[in-house]
Amino acid sequence: MTELLHKTAAELGRLIAAREVSAVEVAQAHLDRIAEVEPKVNAFLHVDAETTLAQARSVDERIAGGERLGPLAGVPVAHKDVFTTTDMPTTAGSKILEGWRPPYDATVTSRLREAGLVILGKTNLDEFAMGSSTENSAYGPTRNPWDLARIPGGSSGGSSAAVAAYQAPLSTGTDTGGSIRQPAAVTGIVGMKPTYGGSSRYGLIAFASSLDTPGPFARNVLDAALLHEAFSGHDVMDSTSIHAHVPPVVEAARQADIAGLRVGVVKEFGGEGYQPGVLARFHEAVELLESLGAKVVEVSCPSFGYALPAYYLIAPSECSSNLARFDAMRYGLRVGDDGTRSAEEVMALTRAAGFGPEVKRRIMLGTYALSSGYYDAYYGQAQKVRTLISRDFDAAFHQVDVLVSPTTPTTAFPIGERADDPMAMYLADLCTIPTNLAGNAAISVPCGLADEDGLPVGLQIMASVLGDDRCYRVGAAVEKALEDRWGGPLLAKAPAL
Amino acid sequence: MSAITRDEVAHLARLSRLALADEELDHFAAQLDQIVAAVARVAEVAADDIPPSSHALPLTNVFRPDEVRRSLTPEQALSGAPAVEDDRFRVPRILGEEA
Repeated sequence: MTELLHKTAAELGRLIAAREVSAVEVAQAHLDRIAEVEPKVNAFLHVDAETTLAQARSVDERIAGGERLGPLAGVPVAHKDVFTTTDMPTTAGSKILEGWRPPYDATVTSRLREAGLVILGKTNLDEFAMGSSTENSAYGPTRNPWDLARIPGGSSGGSSAAVAAYQAPLSTGTDTGGSIRQPAAVTGIVGMKPTYGGSSRYGLIAFASSLDTPGPFARNVLDAALLHEAFSGHDVMDSTSIHAHVPPVVEAARQADIAGLRVGVVKEFGGEGYQPGVLARFHEAVELLESLGAKVVEVSCPSFGYALPAYYLIAPSECSSNLARFDAMRYGLRVGDDGTRSAEEVMALTRAAGFGPEVKRRIMLGTYALSSGYYDAYYGQAQKVRTLISRDFDAAFHQVDVLVSPTTPTTAFPIGERADDPMAMYLADLCTIPTNLAGNAAISVPCGLADEDGLPVGLQIMASVLGDDRCYRVGAAVEKALEDRWGGPLLAKAPAL
Repeated sequence: MSAITRDEVAHLARLSRLALADEELDHFAAQLDQIVAAVARVAEVAADDIPPSSHALPLTNVFRPDEVRRSLTPEQALSGAPAVEDDRFRVPRILGEEA
């Protein structure tokens, strides 16, 4: 059974379609792996073997009945616990939603069900997707499979750890400021933030609605593209969903040819605050791109230095508004309703008991930034910076086809190191945030291990709005060249769990 | 000088409907002060002539036909409610003095 764990999702899909292996066998192999390593990793908030196996049986029956399903039919997937699922609880990593069973499926969930993917469970995350380490989960931290004393990134850290630990071949995440790319980078896997509006937010528990973007995690670029394609595309249930064809991501991942492509190195990302081992692997990756026929130039994006402060005004402002829905009235936790207290008092007691410190911090920061008297200086000014970031990207994409940078300034840091130092934590998203503010596409692919700690480093490849296929094309070319050099995937170098 | 005082955090907590404990107020005051000082850098960008972006991509209003469609049943809608009475959400009193 263990050889099933090391197959790619694309291979599993082929084997299941050819009925050489059943979806039930594949699901069982992953459930066994979860049972084996979950005590060490803590990637999942909910696993229910019975529900998973029932889904797998149903896919096997559909295939036996001659139904033509997608290329990932029968392949297991783990969902970040911000996507609603009618057959599993959905908590967003928060006590305020403990045990909540949503009455409807997210579009990402329902589309993957229709494509025949089998849900393995719900993965851990920073509460309401706010954080870069998964330490902000109300249900305990997830551990990095490369070093159990370190963070798996965040906020989608359960999803990155599950894929890196071979508990799942595929998982879903959401990227608001880097919450897919950063966890992918620090666990040595592939993570993609699609163009904003390219994947539906319907049924995704909202953090910052103008930034939140669902996307895939996988152990290789092609698998990520297959998952991306399976859940993307216009959705009438999300009014910000874009009316456009899904970029040809799978074709691009198979193509992997970058001869003549113009690649820009973002001048502003590097130097102080960046770990030498991260920069060394990044510079090697740039040389590799050149050796593969790309034309590399340096590009300046002068406003990127203001992206982090702008983000930490815009995202908290939107979160303070979005999280007002947790009012103890219609669903979720209710505390202190003893018959004497008013609704408002019950609301305030519930929110104080149900939200963790980072969520409270961000709600209050957003409330502050939106207050009369401060609005223009903070939120208004941050929105102008957002315009400037988009202009920087526009100018850059006139010169080059893609931009590259390290995904994160450092490798995975030790659990606890930044837990009570919000500003230090926020720096983890330094290189990923501009893409969220501008709404364009970006991927992180593994580019080696840092010399000083032997931990994975990610290469970020950014493309224009709806240029998602370019991210996959370049990512696949880098992956192929590096795997030839390494003699296999980077994850093969990870210690056994 | 602190931009965010303990009293200001207490005010923000009231606006945010968060019944914070005293020690939380002190802790958050120090942290929020540090964060606000850092994010205030956005003011360095002289931007009088720059239009603000509330969204990255252009948005247009979206309409759909005004048709009756299937939605949640009362049972589904109430399935996660903390308290239910007569097919309705049961809530604590919402007016001041009439308990």
